[in-house]
Order: sequence, then structure tokens, then C-alpha cells
Amino acid sequence: MTQQSAEWRRNRLGMGVWPHQGEVAIVGWGQSPVDRRWDGVNMDRTLGAYAILAIKRALEDAGIEPEDLDGLLCCPENMAGNPGPAGSWGPYRPYFPPPYDSEDGLTVVTNNWLRGQMPELTNIQYAPDNVPAIGDGMGFAAQACADGMYQVGVYVYTANNLEGRYRQGGEFDNAHVSGNRQWGQPWGDYQGLMTSTNVPIQQYCERYGITWDELLSPFVINQHRNGLLKNPDEYEGWSYYYQYGPSQLTTEDYVNSRHIYFPLKIWDCDRPVNSVGAFVFATAERAKDMKQKPVYVANHSQGSGGRARSTQETLEDTEKAKEWVARLVYEGSGWSPSDVDIFNPYDGFSTFMPTTLEAFQWHGVGKGDAAAFLTGDIRVEGPHPFCSGGGNLGNGRTRTAMYIDSIQQLRGTAGPRQVSIKGGRPQTAICAFAPGNSAAYLCLTNEAPG
Amino acid sequence: MPKLIPVPDELSKPFWDAVNEKRLIVQHCTGCNTLQYPPRPDCQDCDSGELQWKETSGRGHILANMVVADGRLGRTRPDQPFNLAVISLDDDPKINFFSNLPGVPPYQVPIGAAVEVMFEEVEPGQLIHEWRLVEE
Ligand SMILES: [Zn+2]
Repeated sequence: MTQQSAEWRRNRLGMGVWPHQGEVAIVGWGQSPVDRRWDGVNMDRTLGAYAILAIKRALEDAGIEPEDLDGLLCCPENMAGNPGPAGSWGPYRPYFPPPYDSEDGLTVVTNNWLRGQMPELTNIQYAPDNVPAIGDGMGFAAQACADGMYQVGVYVYTANNLEGRYRQGGEFDNAHVSGNRQWGQPWGDYQGLMTSTNVPIQQYCERYGITWDELLSPFVINQHRNGLLKNPDEYEGWSYYYQYGPSQLTTEDYVNSRHIYFPLKIWDCDRPVNSVGAFVFATAERAKDMKQKPVYVANHSQGSGGRARSTQETLEDTEKAKEWVARLVYEGSGWSPSDVDIFNPYDGFSTFMPTTLEAFQWHGVGKGDAAAFLTGDIRVEGPHPFCSGGGNLGNGRTRTAMYIDSIQQLRGTAGPRQVSIKGGRPQTAICAFAPGNSAAYLCLTNEAPG
Repeated sequence: MPKLIPVPDELSKPFWDAVNEKRLIVQHCTGCNTLQYPPRPDCQDCDSGELQWKETSGRGHILANMVVADGRLGRTRPDQPFNLAVISLDDDPKINFFSNLPGVPPYQVPIGAAVEVMFEEVEPGQLIHEWRLVEE
């Protein structure tokens, strides 16, 4: 199968507006149920079974048949396993009869496995092996479509979670540390986002005279609220919290929640889940006769704004990095902050938010304004419907809520979350799976090409 | 508390050798007169490879503190909760170090307080740099 070239990324300033603006559209989405973990027993709840279900739902939403797909882009990344030093952690159990006689289909899903299980996908011409996780992956899918690699394709993102402690074990249990880890781990810094984005927020709070809980709890609570605002006919609600007994988080819950890297607490963190999302991309030409009003891709971006200058990232480092990210996104879309109706940045940790808001200057939020903004009215019904999808914090770590909500808002199908802009439907959206200082953003618009 | 033990490499060996002699050194770029820690092959500001080692004052201030209550590193988990403080170096506050602030109870860290470097043995023959409160 043809692979995408390594040059597909839009990860530096100076590349200008995406030349394929309006040539590619998202025409369908689907999401499986959102479970806390795969239980190791139920074969209709494996990641593979959920991937098939998500694809079927996305095709149904797009109003197309399996044979209409010529592109299959499944991200084979194993989220609970591979990334980071805990990569050697994994399930210890026997396998099952085919097609569950390896990890493929259980906790990882590849294009190859899907094609074996979905013989109805008779026209796949493009199914590359190197499909990245959803932040880069949505851009990868858009660029491949624009480059003519496929006409109608589905991007599949598998978020897995298994029994056991998430990302513990493996090298994290070693006594000796080498490489970059020698500068943090002797003191107990695991060198991830829970610490790198923690200190900048403490500095932010000190600079602007607000406490951590005052700054972040209203946002976290509003995310949970948005996560519970769903159309009742939308499958299981693409949310762990909606699916498993809705209950609204309170300030008291947040303030008293378990310490992780205090002041970072458990409700500042998204909940790992086992679930699969699927998005149908099509050329504008093919999209125009489909069931849904196309949502066009205005830009995609990748790369990173940078990282800590010294051992621990500081507020200054973060601000500099995110200013670069915002410039990249605005340059590539040709938009300015006032052009953005819907803003669904990534909230895997609540700590990402204040500096992201200020860098993107959404709704006029400048330096130092995020505290007042986040503690003000950010409900979907209000004047500043920030993160209208509820993100990861409000739905669980599917990493798809930012995209699904943006698509729905532009279509006008977000139901109880529907945002109204000057009495009408939103026209533009920015959404992302962009942890820390990542620049993996996707810009969407209702505007038809030409 | 048992700590993870650094394994020196070509780049870091001079640093850890100095720590084992109870000296805290950082890189100094002669091209642009910048201090740098952790060590890198080149200067992050001017890309110069002309880096020398320079001894620091060993004095700093507590920039922030996190209390590790549910961390991922197996070796340190039995000692939770413990401090994970960030110390900015007085010689150049853009440089920072981690510290567990031995002797300071978690949740009682005086942010902004002055500290000085000390050294702690993590296995026979290997010290690491740590920090303790001082009167200013
Ligand atoms: Zn230099």
C-alpha cells in the first residue's frame, strides 16, 4: 500500500494559508460506547469490535456504503502501552480464537485487521501503516485526501485502556535513569505533562493573585456540564460520564478530590477510557452530494511550540511556545481571533487552558485575561461558549469530543449544546488534540469552496 | 527516601563528577555568555558548541512546589506524599533544578524562600544535588 510522504506536515511558520482550503470535507462521524476499560472478557467490547462499530456509525452518518470508501486510515497507536518509559507494561493473559489471536483487534487496531474483519470494504486503495494519533491524524487524513491519495476515507482513532495502573511499570520501575531522565527522575519528576504544565499555572496564579482552585474549578465543572449535554438519540452520548450515570461535578468535589501532583488533583486530569471514534473525510467534489452538509477543512497544523528552557517548564516558556502555536494556526487558516466562532482546544489536563486561551486571544482574551474569562460565563448558552464539546475532562479520554462537537456546531446539530452566533449557526471552528505545547490543530468551516 | 540513580553519559559525566566532589557546575556559552542546565551538546540560544563548565554560587530560591501524591515512578512511590520543588538559580533565574527539600514537610514549603545546594548520596559513590533552606 502507498504510504504518505514524510513531507505532509504543516509544522513551521512561513508556509502560508493551506493551499487546499475548501477542497476536503468531513462528512460523517461515529463513536463507539465509551467504557472505562476493556474487561478482557467481552468480545463485543474489544477495541476491534468498537472500531468496526464506529466506522459503521460514521458511514451511516455520512449516508454512504462501505464500498464507497477507498481510504482506510486507522491509527494503530496503543495509548495505554507504548508511549513513554512505561511501554513494557501490558496485559498478561492468553489470547483467544481468531481474529483475537494477537493484540491486534483487542487493544490495538490496524488497517490490516479491520480489512480482515470488514470484507465489505471492497474498494480500499489507500491504507497506510503510519497513521498518527488523532491530533496529527486528522491533519494527516485531510492532507492525504487533498493530495489525491483517496476520495472518500475514514480516519479511525482507538483510545484504549486496560486493567491496571495507567502508564506505570516498565522503565518507570527502574532504579537507574539515563539520558534526559537523569535530570528529573532522581527527584521524582516523571517528566510528563502533569508536572511540566503544573508549575506554569502556579506561577500564573501568583502573578494574577488567584488560587489554583479558583482559576480551574469553574472550567472543569463547565466541561463536565457540557459533556452531559447531549442529544438523547446520539448512540451512548460519546461520553463516559453520560453513558455511565450522569452526575454533575461540584466545586466541593473538585476542591476535595484526590491529590496527584498537588495542587494538580484528579479532576484536573481526564479519565482514561476504552473507546473508538471514526471520521469520514471526502473530497469537496464527492462531499457535495452526500447526506450531511460538508464541514470543510480550512487548515491543519503540527509540530511543537517548544519546551522547557531548563529542567522545569516555566510560565515564560509556555507563553512563548503557545504564542508560536497560535501564530501557526492563524497563519495557516488565514483567520484572526475574531473569525473563530467555536474554540475546542485540548483539555487532557485543565492546566493547558489559561495559556492556550491567552495565546489564541479568543473572544479578546489577552495576556492576564484568562482568569476573569474562565471564572465568568463560559456556558454554551452564554456569551463565551468556550470548549462547547466538554472535551476530555467532560467526556473521558476519547480525544474525539473536540472534533465531534465542532462538526456538530457547524452543522447546527449540537442539540442542547448548540451555540448561536448572531442568531445563526457558527461558521468556523478550531479543534485539537494538542497536549502541552503541541501545534496539532484543525480548523473547520462551513464555507463552501470557490 | 530511596531515589532514582542517575547514570552519567559522555555529556553529563563532567557534571556528575563535579557533584561527586560537592560542586554544582553548569554549562557556560562563551559565544553569547549564557548559562545552561541541563547540559546540551550546543548552546540553545546561539547554537554555539563552545561550551565550558562554570561553577555556580549554589544559591537559589524556591520557585514553586508540587506534592507528589500519586506519581508514576515505582521507586519513590512508598515515600508519597513528598515535595517536588523547583529551585531557580540566583546566578541566572532562568535555570532551575528539582529538589525534594529534605526535612521540609509536604504542603509546608515556603515559596520564595532562599535555599542553598547540598549533596545527597543515592548509592555508594554517587551523589546528587539537593537543596536546603537558609536564612537570607
Ligand atoms: Zn550561546
